[in-house]
Order: sequence, then C-alpha cells, then structure tokens
Amino acid sequence: MNRPIRRVTVFVGILLLAVVLNLNWVQVIRADSLKDNSANRRTTLDQYKRQRGSIVLQGSGTPVAESVPTKDALMYLRHYVAGPEYSAVTGFNSLFYGNTGIEAAEDSVLSGNDDRFFVQRLTNLLTGRDTRGGNVLLTINKQAQAAAWQAMGGRQGAVVALDPTTGAILAAVSSPSFDPNALSSHDANKIQAAYKRYNAEDSSPLENRAFDITFPPGSVFKLVVSAAALKNGRKPDTRIPAVNALTLPGTTTQLRNFGGEQCANGKTDTLDHALTISCNTAFAQLGMDLGTEAIKQQAALFGIDDNDFTMPLRVAGSSVGPIVDQAALAQSSIGQRDVRVTPLQAAMISAAIANHGTLMQPYLVSKEEAPNLSVLSATDPQVQDQAMSSEQAEELTQMMIDVVNKGTGTAAQLPGIQVAGKTGTADNGPQKADGSYVNPPHAWFSGFAPADNPKIAVAVVLENGGVRGNETTGGLAAAPVAQAVMKAYLAAIGVK
Amino acid sequence: MTAANRPRAVRGTEPSRAARGTELARSARRIELLFVLAAAFVVACAEAIIEITRDNKITSHVATYAVVVLVIGLVSHLATRRLARYADPLMLPCAVLLSGLGLVMIHRLDLGLAQEAAENGTSYNGVAAASQVVWAFLALVVFLVVLFVVRDHRVLSRYAYTLALIGLFLLLLPAVLPARYSEVNGARIWIRLAGFSIQPGEIAQIALTIFAASYLVAKRDVLSLAGRRVLGIDLPRGRDLGPVLVAWLISIGVLVRDHDLGTSLMFFGLFIVLIYVATERVSWVIIGVGMFVAGCYVSYQLFGTVKQRVDVWLHVFRYSQDEGYQMAQSLFGLGTGGLFGAGLGGGRPELVPVAKSDFILSSFGEELGLFGLVAILAVYVVFISRGFATALAVRDSFGKMLVTGLAFSLGLQLFVVAGGISRLLPETGLTTPFLSYGGSSLVANFGLLALLLRVSDAARRPPNVPPSAVTTDSGPVPVVASGNPASGNPASGGPASGGRTDPASGGDG
Repeated sequence: MNRPIRRVTVFVGILLLAVVLNLNWVQVIRADSLKDNSANRRTTLDQYKRQRGSIVLQGSGTPVAESVPTKDALMYLRHYVAGPEYSAVTGFNSLFYGNTGIEAAEDSVLSGNDDRFFVQRLTNLLTGRDTRGGNVLLTINKQAQAAAWQAMGGRQGAVVALDPTTGAILAAVSSPSFDPNALSSHDANKIQAAYKRYNAEDSSPLENRAFDITFPPGSVFKLVVSAAALKNGRKPDTRIPAVNALTLPGTTTQLRNFGGEQCANGKTDTLDHALTISCNTAFAQLGMDLGTEAIKQQAALFGIDDNDFTMPLRVAGSSVGPIVDQAALAQSSIGQRDVRVTPLQAAMISAAIANHGTLMQPYLVSKEEAPNLSVLSATDPQVQDQAMSSEQAEELTQMMIDVVNKGTGTAAQLPGIQVAGKTGTADNGPQKADGSYVNPPHAWFSGFAPADNPKIAVAVVLENGGVRGNETTGGLAAAPVAQAVMKAYLAAIGVK
Repeated sequence: MTAANRPRAVRGTEPSRAARGTELARSARRIELLFVLAAAFVVACAEAIIEITRDNKITSHVATYAVVVLVIGLVSHLATRRLARYADPLMLPCAVLLSGLGLVMIHRLDLGLAQEAAENGTSYNGVAAASQVVWAFLALVVFLVVLFVVRDHRVLSRYAYTLALIGLFLLLLPAVLPARYSEVNGARIWIRLAGFSIQPGEIAQIALTIFAASYLVAKRDVLSLAGRRVLGIDLPRGRDLGPVLVAWLISIGVLVRDHDLGTSLMFFGLFIVLIYVATERVSWVIIGVGMFVAGCYVSYQLFGTVKQRVDVWLHVFRYSQDEGYQMAQSLFGLGTGGLFGAGLGGGRPELVPVAKSDFILSSFGEELGLFGLVAILAVYVVFISRGFATALAVRDSFGKMLVTGLAFSLGLQLFVVAGGISRLLPETGLTTPFLSYGGSSLVANFGLLALLLRVSDAARRPPNVPPSAVTTDSGPVPVVASGNPASGNPASGGPASGGRTDPASGGDG
C-alpha cells in the first residue's frame, strides 16, 4: 500500500508546484500589467499616502491646487484654492474619476513618480523621509484670470489670453465651470453625486471650452482671409468687389450682409473698410478670388491644421473643413460652413498678428520643480511659424485698430491704450426649413493691446451670445469681456 | 547510542527499546514546545508590524494575539504530552502558526474594512477577529475531545457506517434546505440557523474519509479483482463500479445543486485517491477522472450557472465590475504585491470581497508578496508531508488509508483555494485550512489535526507499548511497561511496514 501512497504524495507535490508556478506568473510576470490596470484602485489609493505637489501661478506665487494633511486614512486632501475659476486649467484629481487637466498632464511630477525623482526617492528611502511630489508652475496671470472669470459671469463660453511675444497662456476660463474640490474629496458618495450632477447639467460644466471644444469662428476668420489677401498683393486700400448680395456659384443661395446692409457703394469697398464693418459679401468674394489653397495655407500657418496638440493639456485640432467647391469656399471665407476653431486658436491668430507675424507655441507650464524646489525643467518660448511678414502684420494691425476705433469692436476700447481686434457673429446649430438658425449666433472677439507694443492677445467666445442679423452685437457681447481682461492684465504689469 | 548509560534506562529484558521510545517521545515533545513558542512569537511580530505600519504605534492587541496563540498552542501541547506523546512534533506547531497568522490577518482586514467604511462615510463593526478567537478556543476543545475520546484510531472503523450517514446528511443538508437557510454568495454550502452559519462540508468530509478508509480496506480484495484487460490496463469488474458511481452521483449533484465546484472536486478526488491507494490499480483513477470530466462537461452544457462561472473565469477582466469583481480584485492584489509585497498592513487587501474567508491567501500574497505566500504554502507542505510520512509509517491498513485521505484532502483543498485566488481554477467557496475566517472550518481542521496526531502517535510508538497506554512523563505506567513481553515482538507489530523508522527521528535509529 506504500507505493500508491508515495505516488499520491508526488501528485500533491505536483499540484502545489503548479500553484507556485502560476503565482510566479501572476505576481512577477503579469505584475506590472495588473498594477496598471485601470480597474485597480490600489495604485490610486497609494498616491494619497504621498503629499502631492502643488500647482502654483509662477508670477504671483499663488497656489491654485495643493494637498493638505487630513486626519483620515487617505492622509492628504487635494484643495483647490479658487476651484471653479481655475478648473479649466487644473482639472481635478479624483479617487473615482482619475485626473484631468494639469493634474493629468503633469501627474508624474505632481505624484512624485517621475523618473527624474529617482535619486531623491532613493535618498528618502534611506533617510526614511516621506517622498513628496514636485510642483508645477503655471504661466497664468492671477489678475487676468480673475477678470476673465468675473467678466464671463457664468455665461456659457470661454476666454483665452496669450502673451503674444512668448506664447505663454495668461488666462484660460471655461464657463460655466465645476468645483474640482467636489470631485477630489474623500467622500465617495459626495464625489459620485457631484459628478452625476455636473454631468446632468445642460450647460456641460465638465467640458473644457477653452481647449477641448471647437466653435465656428464667424467673422474672426476674416483675419485669416485678410492675411492671405495681403500676402497675395492686396493692400488695405485696395478696392475689392463688395456687392449687396452674392449668389453662391452653382446654387441659387444668396449670401448677404448682416441686415442686408450695403458695405460701401454697393459695388466695391477697400479691404480695410470691408474688415472694419465686417462685410460678408466682400470677404466671400475675396476668398473665392484667392482660392482654396491660399486660404488653407494661411490658416495652417496660424495653426489651423486639423491636428490636436498639447501645451501640455490636449487642445482639439482646429480646422477649415473640407472645402469642396466655390460655394463652400465663399462660406468658409466668412468663418461659416465647416470652419471650427478652439478659443485658444482664435487667440493664437491675434497673437501672431501682434507679434509681427510670428506665431509662438502656446504653453501653460513655465516650470517643473522637484520637492526640494530645484528646477526640473523650464519652458523656453518656441516659434511655431511665421504666419505673415512683419510689414503685412503691421498693415493688418492697422486694419484691426480701425475695427476697434470705428467699426464693430468699439466696445473693446481702453482709455489711453490702443486696442486692435476683430469681432465675430457665428451662426451655429440646427437650422429651420427656411435655412435660418434655431439658436442665436455665437459672439466672438479676438484682439490684442497695446497695438503698438502688444502685451496680451485675447479671444472670447460667448455661446449663442449674439443677436442675429447684427454684427455689432458680437462686438457688444464679447468685446467687453476681452476689454476687461486686457485692462486687468495691463494694469497688473504697469502698462498705461 | 547505548541505552545503558542513559539515566532513565528501564530495567528488564528489553531496556533499550523502551528507553529509546521514551527518549524519542520526549525529544519530539521538546521540539513541539519549541516550535509552538516560535509560532506564537511569529504571530506577535506579524501583529506588531501591522500596527506599526498602519498607526505607528503598538497596542495591547499584540499581547492579546500572542497569548491566544500561546494558550492554544500550550494547552494542545500538554494534551499531546499526555495523550499522544509519540506523535509527530511538527504538525501541531504548523497548525498553531497558521491559525495564528490567520487570526492576525483577519484582524488586519477588520481594520482595513473599518477604514474603508470611514472613507465612505459609513460604519463597520469589525468583530470578525474576536469571533474567530472564540472559534479558535472551541476548536481547541474539539481537538482535546477527539484526542481524549479516540485512544486508538482503529476503533473508528467500527463506526464507519454511522459516520457515513452523518457525513452524507451534513453534505446534502444545505442542498435540501430552502435557499434562505443555506445560500451565501450564491453557493448553497451553509447551514444558517439563529444567527449562526456553519459550513458543514468540511466536517462531513472527515466523516466520509473515515468511512471510505474503512469501507475500502474491507473491500479492497474484491475491488482489486481484475476484469478485462484493455490497452494494457486491468479494468475492474463492472459489478464493482457501484461505489464509484454513488460517489460520482453525489459529487455531480453537489456541483449542480449547490453550484459548488470546490466541494464536488474535493469529495470525488478524495474517493478516487483512496480507491487507488486501496487497490493499487491505475484503472480506477482513469475511470474516475474520466467520469468527473464527463460530468463537469455535461453540467457545463446543461446548466447556465456552471457555464457562467466558467465564462467569468476565462474572461475575468471583462467582468471586472460585476461577476468577476472578486477574482479581478484578488489578481490586482497579488500583482500589486509582486515579489516582496506591500508589507503587512501596507496593502489594500480589504478591496477583495470576503477576503477573510475564501480569499485570505490573496491578502497574504498582496502584503507578503510571492515570497511570503510561498513561505506560507511551505508551512502547509511541511504539515501535509508529515501526514503522508505518517501514512507510510503506520502499520495498519485502515490507519494508512485514513491518514492518506486526510493529508490528501488538505493538499487538494490548498490546491483548489490557492489555484482559485490566482485564476488557475475557477473560484470556489472553499476556505483555506486553519487560515480562513470561519468557525466550522477551524473546528473541522483541529479535529482533523487530532486524528492525524492520534495515528502518528500509533505509527511512531515503539512496538512494545500498547496503544491504549496512558503514558506519563517518566515513561509508560508500570503495569504496561512490565506487561506481556510478547507484544513487544516486532513480528507481531503488524505488516511489513512495522519496522519503518520515521524520517524525522532517523538520527535515533
């Protein structure tokens, strides 16, 4: 009877060996993929044991997100100092919904997992000190951001401001917004309730309108067409066709000016005046005369090239759309049809014009710091493209000054400081049977100041904030927001 | 080497054998005591590490658990000193160490669940560890009773059919009871009465092992008769297939009715192995495995619940938010633990639902890593291998069968549980012997331990000491020691294996 007992012993040995081999498979070979599985909450929970780094405004040294010690088991609570005002930038750091915004884009630095911390982590391990995360310093200007947030007053839309000479993002507001504190608390029920509530709202407060959403730019796109025209031999005083009603080639559709207005003499108008009063028929014809290729090329030089990019937040790609025929080209030339831009992109157009035609790459993070405050990386401003020549940029600036001084953008004027800009009123959304739109148009403004030595370029979009048939309303709605941001920023940096 | 120069050498014609037996017993008990103390120390350290990791301070719990383990270990040690003094010295410390570690981990999971509840704004009254302490003392009582009542394991074979009835009753009771008295987490393997819930499967299993050992020893000659010879294998006669068919029907019934692959596999595996050991015929194994596989396949095709379990098992991450949640969390814990683990108290094992009973091994895997988990498995391997060594050493066939059955069922159970938490097998509702939370399991396993020690005592007892001897520290009581010298004749000690020396005491031989 002993022989079968020995065999049974060996059999049990084999069974347990199989278990040990399988454990090697699970705990060693597959360990990393199991650790990184998105449904594995352990890694997230682990991060709460370490003090996450702060998100700080570099200019003023103000923290906008910091981790404060708590008495509960998660040890650190993420606190957003001015929650909703900065949420388009900071995003949230949530137990349940992961990270968004800078919290996601700079997670390796903030959490302290970045490979560049390796030596420090090793030292801390030996000295027994807790590892902290690194800090992220933002280019956002406190006054500009506050002014933008207040001027929006909860209306649906977005504001983005850039330093035209560097590409640094000075303000980024998406409105209405959410309070990241509500999504980053330690109370699972509250987090889920807040998320559900935000998700259910019609105004989609969780969406980042400044960077993630593209809108039809309307007449703001005429800046791109003007740049193309100047590049192709037109001058501000060149007279271009400007009829009262333009029949789109191949269709019976008539393209008219707002309110059926006449632009000048009903036949021609100067390029400068056409932009000043935002003459639709003139720019539709101008676009057709310049051709699809010229418009597309110029748009790409300003950054409208269908491609997403990161700065380090993801920015949705802006596009002129597929311009299939002359009719489409005519409509695209006044920023309708399939043209879509993000508010950041609209600001980049003005910034390039302001910076003598040189487009700087936009960036949001100026510095990354290790926990001991040593600098891990600092951003150097980079040229993205030469959108137009310095002379042409000068001419276009003069045209934009006319828009603000005597055209549709008078609401953007600042006392003692020359502002340059362009308004827009963009039809959008569902159409009725007769071709008219159900919702009011979006109101736009994109511009910069001071015109002779630009310090700030701003784009503002107010969703459905305009009044149909009246271009000036775009200016009346959006321009004051831009004006408030420019005024606050210029006062903060001492420009009078 | 010579017994003569030992101070306690007994006079008479056979002084060396009796003296050597006494000396052997004494050294075995010394080893046992030493390891019991070591086990208590390890348990205290584990609790201290948990408290330091979690709260940076040590509480009185460290002393409490150390004392609980020490009391259980020392009392059972004193019992073996009196009642089974020749028994193997390692099995008891292994069992004490495992139950102690289980206790500490259950307490640690209580802490984790309380923390999780606090984070969610709810409350958790974690008293699992306290109730496990109560059960541990009850298990100790059962251990003492079994050791005291069963003075000779061969007596058990007289009650084989009674035990079989009790075993079957316990095994089938949950399946017959209405679901509200028997179903927990979808498996109908419980009896729930008046706030108590016990899992009768493991107690039933011990009873059925005793029956099977006795029945097969009695019938081994018949079952060994060869029928036809096919492909070089002697098939049993068709009329002898009856018992296998009954066992097969019961295990398939358990699988289908209770949704319990674990018990089904354990029950049938045990029966096949015992038939094989009794008859030494491989054909029984082939027939048994074939029948079980066929049974499983048919139930998979016929029953949705079985199919669903297998589907979840194969695609666990597809179901990681619902049916496969527990398995996925277990794998996450094991993977996050990696080679060295998060450290006791440093992981999140409470994220695995019912971690303290079915999935306690994955808690150890998460916090102690692969190394720690394998170390725990090694403790089981020591325990189980001592069981098989006993089976080889014991002289009577019934004892051999009984111990083989008990050791094998522990090994198989460990395989099913450890394979279950790491997705080698579909998950089962089986508990981990000694470690898991659950009173019936702990009680059953301490009863099993007492039986193993009883047989081991018989296996290692010098042949001149009758089994019923009440022994004292100074050796056998005079009546017995000076008794019939004929009983000391090795030739009458039993079959050929009687002279076998246990490997552990080889140095004395």
